[in-house]
Amino acid sequence: MKKTLFDKVWDSHVVKHVEDGPDVLFIDRHLVHEVTSPVAFLGIKNRGISVLYPERTFATADHNTPTINQHLPVEDPLSANQLKALEENAKAYGISHWGLGHQKNGIVHVVGPEYGITQPGATIVCGDSHTSTHGAFGAIAFGIGTSEVEMVLASQCIMQPKPKKMRINVTGKLNFGVTPKDVALYIISKLTTSGATGYFVEYAGDVFENMTMEGRMTVCNLSIEMGARGGMIAPDEKTFEYVKGREFTPTGAAWDKAMTYWETLHTDEGAIFDKELTFDAADIEPMITYGTNPGMGIGISKSIPQAEQVEGGVSTYKKSLGYMSFSEGDNMIGKPIDFVFIGSCTNGRIEDFRAFTSIIKGRQKAPNVTAWLVPGSHKVEAAIKDEGLLDIIHEAGFVLREPGCSACLAMNDDKVPAGKLAVSTSNRNFEGRQGPGSRTLLASPLVAAAAAVTGKVTDPRELMENVVAG
Amino acid sequence: MAYDKFEILTSTAVPLPIENVDTDQIIPARFLKATERKGFGDNLFRDWRYNNDETPKSDFVLNDATYSGKILVGGRNFGSGSSREHAAWAVYDYGFRCVISSFFADIFKGNCLNIGVLPVQVSAEFAEKVFTAIEKDPKTEIEVNLPNQTVTILATGDQESFDINGYKKENMLNGFDDIDYLVNVKENIVEFAKNTPL
Ligand code: SF4
Repeated sequence: MKKTLFDKVWDSHVVKHVEDGPDVLFIDRHLVHEVTSPVAFLGIKNRGISVLYPERTFATADHNTPTINQHLPVEDPLSANQLKALEENAKAYGISHWGLGHQKNGIVHVVGPEYGITQPGATIVCGDSHTSTHGAFGAIAFGIGTSEVEMVLASQCIMQPKPKKMRINVTGKLNFGVTPKDVALYIISKLTTSGATGYFVEYAGDVFENMTMEGRMTVCNLSIEMGARGGMIAPDEKTFEYVKGREFTPTGAAWDKAMTYWETLHTDEGAIFDKELTFDAADIEPMITYGTNPGMGIGISKSIPQAEQVEGGVSTYKKSLGYMSFSEGDNMIGKPIDFVFIGSCTNGRIEDFRAFTSIIKGRQKAPNVTAWLVPGSHKVEAAIKDEGLLDIIHEAGFVLREPGCSACLAMNDDKVPAGKLAVSTSNRNFEGRQGPGSRTLLASPLVAAAAAVTGKVTDPRELMENVVAG
Repeated sequence: MAYDKFEILTSTAVPLPIENVDTDQIIPARFLKATERKGFGDNLFRDWRYNNDETPKSDFVLNDATYSGKILVGGRNFGSGSSREHAAWAVYDYGFRCVISSFFADIFKGNCLNIGVLPVQVSAEFAEKVFTAIEKDPKTEIEVNLPNQTVTILATGDQESFDINGYKKENMLNGFDDIDYLVNVKENIVEFAKNTPL
């Protein structure tokens, strides 16, 4: 039978099918962090069971960590307690733990690939919805709830019905100034935040083939924002090249064996998807959101749609614009902004800092802007220094912070104050996501950089050289 | 974690006719710092429920004594966004045992089923009927019958059936969770694991 990439990986991980119920799916790699794991650890403890395969679980602290003075004790007692709980649980069950201050510490979805924990054809779960990031390597990766974290600790399996399959093709060549983030925001704006609910997505077409691994991670990361459980891209030479030689990557004979499997990981010609969509790369321009969910995005040169033009209820749409203090028909360009956040598992990798610095180079931070530049991991932080980007950052009047989720979810002190407007490279613009009452515009690192130096929403293409059409 | 069995629930319902209610609204991130599953109900819909100075917002439905009950009726695409199970805990801990909506986000729905909150997905037309019935009479009762897989507006007799897979239904009826099942098939898992690369 002709199989999709998703079928191949899923089917090879089914331990057992429950009649009239879910599959028992074996999980190769389990990532945990401090926020969604303590109750799961408590659960297995209360049941008197242990972690079945501790070597398959990896713990890092990221959601609830400060991004300055990480060498000092964490001030907030609740956060400190949660970090301590993770450390103690990891120790008690023999799980590797990259806590605050550890050289490998960083956002769970950034460090997984960096150290080769993420591999093609693997099943990967984590108590965080953006686990879909790892799908960039041809893995089946998705977010789970705490009850499921407990299941994986106890049995290395979860119980899941097999999702339906969707393929999204983007063909052609991307326009100047258009990044992977824009591609993802464009797709979400077309599908809405529920358009892929119930599906697992495969991204295909030359746009994704030509993308770097970092870019593919950004796209797969955002799959959840259109409701999909996850997204994946068939592994290719670029993938194997990226994975090779990392700490948890197989070597020698194990590598050869892995490659034999990995090279089978593509959708067979003629395999059937439950749904298939195709977009033209030429239609995509740099994107920005204007509302309170990631589906409310438009090309940066466009104006905010009228309520009648959008799908869904008019009252919900108006409530959303009311929260943002925007009106139908407003232009986004020129709106004054207060905060810029560069970071998160969506856009906190080295490529994102390269994009950001390409625009701020030789310019100055706008005086009305507070900027938080937060690398996704210590490894990213080190690369920023090695590549000389830190000098550009400092010369332009910015400061680099220490790694963590930071203002992506504002659990730590990095909160955008009520009413303030932030351009953010993260993934969610929900009401209060970046602090109670905060207002968020999601965009690429280029758009964020342009806003950071001009103090308002600005088309980054105006600040970029090389306006060679093509 | 074990939960109470769910069979037939007859209750008044609380209407929240807003679309795309995300889990950041159900429980904002700053309330996720606990290491135990306790007290989440107090922060259910925190920022819609309270002003910055902690006073209740009188126009929010949970602060309106007219509405009460163990059923929450939400707008389309309920529970989107973050996978935080804390959102389902908050719903449960507040006292809801059932959420009715015309469309649920995947992870939230799965989380609910795992902790004993029944997500009942109905047609858009039926959801509208429920909202209308509550608007007419806030004390109207809704019956959610899990064995028969039906939801009924008692005053009008309007009824619709809903889907749930047989396995999950058994779990809900008995208050079992998946770990009970998984621990029982441990031998199969261990056998399977021998042939998987790490
Ligand atoms: S950066 Fe944001 S989305 Fe990513 S893991 Fe952290 S909180 Fe989740």
